[in-house]
Amino acid sequence: MRRRLWFGLVVVLLLALVACSTKQSPAITDPKSTEAHTISGTWWLMCGLASAVYLVVGGLIVVALFRGRRKGGPTPFRIRDNTFIVVGGLIIPAAILLVLGAQVVHASNNLRQPEKNPLHIEVVGKRWWWAVSYPDQGITTANEVHIPVGRPIEIGLDSDNVIHSFWVPQLGGKVDLIPGQHNIWRLKATKSGTFRGECAEFCGLQHARMNFLVVAQPAATFDQWLVRHQLPPSGPDNQLAATGQMIFMREPCSGCHTIRGTTADGTIGPDLTDVGSRLALGANTIPNTDGYLSGWIVDSQSIKPGNLMPPIPMSSSDLQAVVAYLRSLK
Amino acid sequence: MAVTDVPSQQTHGKIHPEELEEIWADAPGTPGFFSTIDHKRIGMRYIYTAFFFFFTSGLLALVMRDQLASPNNHVVGPEVYNQLMTMHGTTMIFLFNTPVLAGFGNYILPLQLGTRDMAFPRLNAFSYWIFVLSGIFFYASFLTGKAPDGGWFGYTPLTDKAFSPGINLDFWGLAIVFVGISTTVGAVNFIVTAFKMRAPGMTINRMPIFVWAILSMAFMVLFAVPAVTLAAALLELDRLFGTAFFIPHLGGNVLLYQHLFWFWGHPEVYILFVPATGMVSMIIPVMSRRPLAGYLWVATALIAIAFISFGVWVHHMFATGMPVQAMSFFAAVSLIVVLPSGVQFFAWIGTMWQGRVRFTTPMLFAIGFLLIFLLGGITGATLATMPFDWQVTDSYYVVAHFHYVLNGAVVFPIFGAIYYWYPKMSGRKLSERWGHISFWTMFIGFNMAFFGMHLLGFLGMPRRISTYPSGLGWDGLNMISTIGSFVFAVGTGITLVNWFHARWWGKEAGPDPWEADSLEWATTSPPPEFNFASIPVVASRHPLWDQRPLPTANPNGDEATKSLGPEGAEHHQTPETTGLDARPTATLDLPHPTYLPFLVACGIAVFFVGLLIQAVLVGIIGVAAFVVALTWWAWRTEVDLA
Repeated sequence: MRRRLWFGLVVVLLLALVACSTKQSPAITDPKSTEAHTISGTWWLMCGLASAVYLVVGGLIVVALFRGRRKGGPTPFRIRDNTFIVVGGLIIPAAILLVLGAQVVHASNNLRQPEKNPLHIEVVGKRWWWAVSYPDQGITTANEVHIPVGRPIEIGLDSDNVIHSFWVPQLGGKVDLIPGQHNIWRLKATKSGTFRGECAEFCGLQHARMNFLVVAQPAATFDQWLVRHQLPPSGPDNQLAATGQMIFMREPCSGCHTIRGTTADGTIGPDLTDVGSRLALGANTIPNTDGYLSGWIVDSQSIKPGNLMPPIPMSSSDLQAVVAYLRSLK
Repeated sequence: MAVTDVPSQQTHGKIHPEELEEIWADAPGTPGFFSTIDHKRIGMRYIYTAFFFFFTSGLLALVMRDQLASPNNHVVGPEVYNQLMTMHGTTMIFLFNTPVLAGFGNYILPLQLGTRDMAFPRLNAFSYWIFVLSGIFFYASFLTGKAPDGGWFGYTPLTDKAFSPGINLDFWGLAIVFVGISTTVGAVNFIVTAFKMRAPGMTINRMPIFVWAILSMAFMVLFAVPAVTLAAALLELDRLFGTAFFIPHLGGNVLLYQHLFWFWGHPEVYILFVPATGMVSMIIPVMSRRPLAGYLWVATALIAIAFISFGVWVHHMFATGMPVQAMSFFAAVSLIVVLPSGVQFFAWIGTMWQGRVRFTTPMLFAIGFLLIFLLGGITGATLATMPFDWQVTDSYYVVAHFHYVLNGAVVFPIFGAIYYWYPKMSGRKLSERWGHISFWTMFIGFNMAFFGMHLLGFLGMPRRISTYPSGLGWDGLNMISTIGSFVFAVGTGITLVNWFHARWWGKEAGPDPWEADSLEWATTSPPPEFNFASIPVVASRHPLWDQRPLPTANPNGDEATKSLGPEGAEHHQTPETTGLDARPTATLDLPHPTYLPFLVACGIAVFFVGLLIQAVLVGIIGVAAFVVALTWWAWRTEVDLA
């Protein structure tokens, strides 16, 4: 009876898991880079070994529990205690650990090695968003990292405040952003797609809302993106957006945000040069739509309490104009 | 107090137990409460106080699980969530797990060794008072609404004044330094007691495995705790006195903090885990009705863990960008530390294999421990695999792993130990039926709560997030986990009620309810204040199985043996024996009840309050009280008048 209950419980759990692991999960078992592939492979190797060990040792425990309860008591054990302990607890685990050890050496020697002609990207962890720049191309953006598939990439990671950690589960392991230390993460994406990235080191109040997106594109598409973003955005193409630009420059906005090609050159908040083309706002907290953007401008504190942007009171016509302007920046 | 079933050898001679009790008794009421130095009273207090923190901290965890039950939830905001997370982690490590094991060690060790108290009874009382005062100090942050929110690990620079300007983090940093005094002092006491207070004939290779485990734990404490004390003290110097040990733009180094913290942090895992395995090594042989297989291997494994545990700390820092070659060393050692646990595991299996297992509640918890720790240990080995660790560190996979180890593999043995030893402590047994129900509820709830977290880690859920969006495939697993955590909580609650019930209405246990082998079962339940009127003489690893009736030593007229018999108890003495072969060498005068440990601890507490509120005068008063009380204490080593 009890065993049947257990069996049922396990089945239910497994079903729940299958139901839960949707395609949208940023899962490490869904690798999209060379590093993520190697690590995922390491995992499946370990998963096999671990399952075997659990089943064998767990089985031994169960047999040991019930063996002595048979009629006539325990039959004598032919293996000596110490032999059993040394073989089971020392020699066999040591052999398994050697396999793991070899895999560690093999994997860590091959991963994160410098390669020729890398694309340099700089990421600086802020509270609580990510400043992203392409120093060789003179592009600055935020919370969105565009990378080409197949080309080696070097992401320099820094922080001017607390420790953060850069993690894109489908692209590989974490690297911390540590104030006073310059870390580099090297990777090569193998598939295109948009991948969720997260801050993985506790960094204070809004640690949960410090996410980002990595957009991996085929080389040609990425080059187009580069070319388009190297130029400053063209001026507003309609009256509403032009009004919005004027208001943006007049209001406190430009003190904190930069928009290339304009007088807005603040550095406290994210660079907004291409904000209109971004997939999300507030470090992947809300979608990038007119409505959400207005809400963020007027009272970002209710969306992401504690962030550095104060509420900006505006008349609804002004707000509409500013939103139109920002959404036109692509 | 009922003294029933006194084994015959305890009553011989001219002195009656009633007379001895008068000599050893604490003053009644409040004075006795504050002045007692009886290791049993102190041990019980340790256990009760620690369990108070266990249930408090468990409730905090339930609020967190409630918040994470569904995406975009608003049970608590990020500010409160971060406080809950910090309080839960810190409380469980510093105010529950560590002290509750110290409590069992305190209660059981002198009984198992066949002596009348710990080596330093007053120091023992002192370490308890420090523990409880530091706990009050820490929880005062909650009452003032300024609970720390920097995580239980308190990484700088987030915890520096610049990013955490409030008093919140000072509560945390100072409490870590404060409670460290208690742990360290307790460790010294355990080491000296284990080496110098064993009953005649209990050579070091006849010492119960639980004592080996406590000994191993105490040595780790001695070398590890100073590191975290230093980390927290330097942090507080940065915060309160403007130094810059961890402030990067002033030349400090934030990774230094992490090295110091984990140099303690990883041995700490074993500081908690090793005594828990010691409990399992007592329960499994008794419930299998045969001696532990591979005693020497297990004892060696316990000592080996203590050494190896100091070479693994960097595996908590694999993502910090240190050179791969340097980290590989720590990866290798982190794999090797699996081996001593493997040895213990097969010793337990071998014991059960050749025995006839009785499915009592303590045994059920030991079996639960085996099944849970097996998984926790395996996932531990995967975390040592550096590239894999890069992926799963700081994800829910790690949360799952360490709850399997620190909750499953430590809390389950502790619950087993309550069912196993509470009959000795109170003379009354807990209900077996409710024990079984509690175990199954806890076991099922535990696995529901924590197994899915492994998968959440694989699905990319980072640790320490106060909320998460929907649509990432995390919702269902989080809901299962929350339900499981409530089931687990109900299971622990059943034991709590069972425990209260047993205190007043439990069945009489008698001196040896489990037919066990070690010396604590040779005396009455509960034991008299002096533990043993006559000190037993040990000639076996399993005295109560091999030596019936248990012989006691008679003084042969010299200084070294005069305290062995009831006359020793009458003179408030206990024998000191040699470290390896336990020959009596001297007679120790045990101190009488005194307020001094309490006063010294209060002095230290006042000093810490002074630091906290930055009031120099309060600090000076604290130090003055501390110095005066300590001097008085030192003065009165020979004679005790209180």
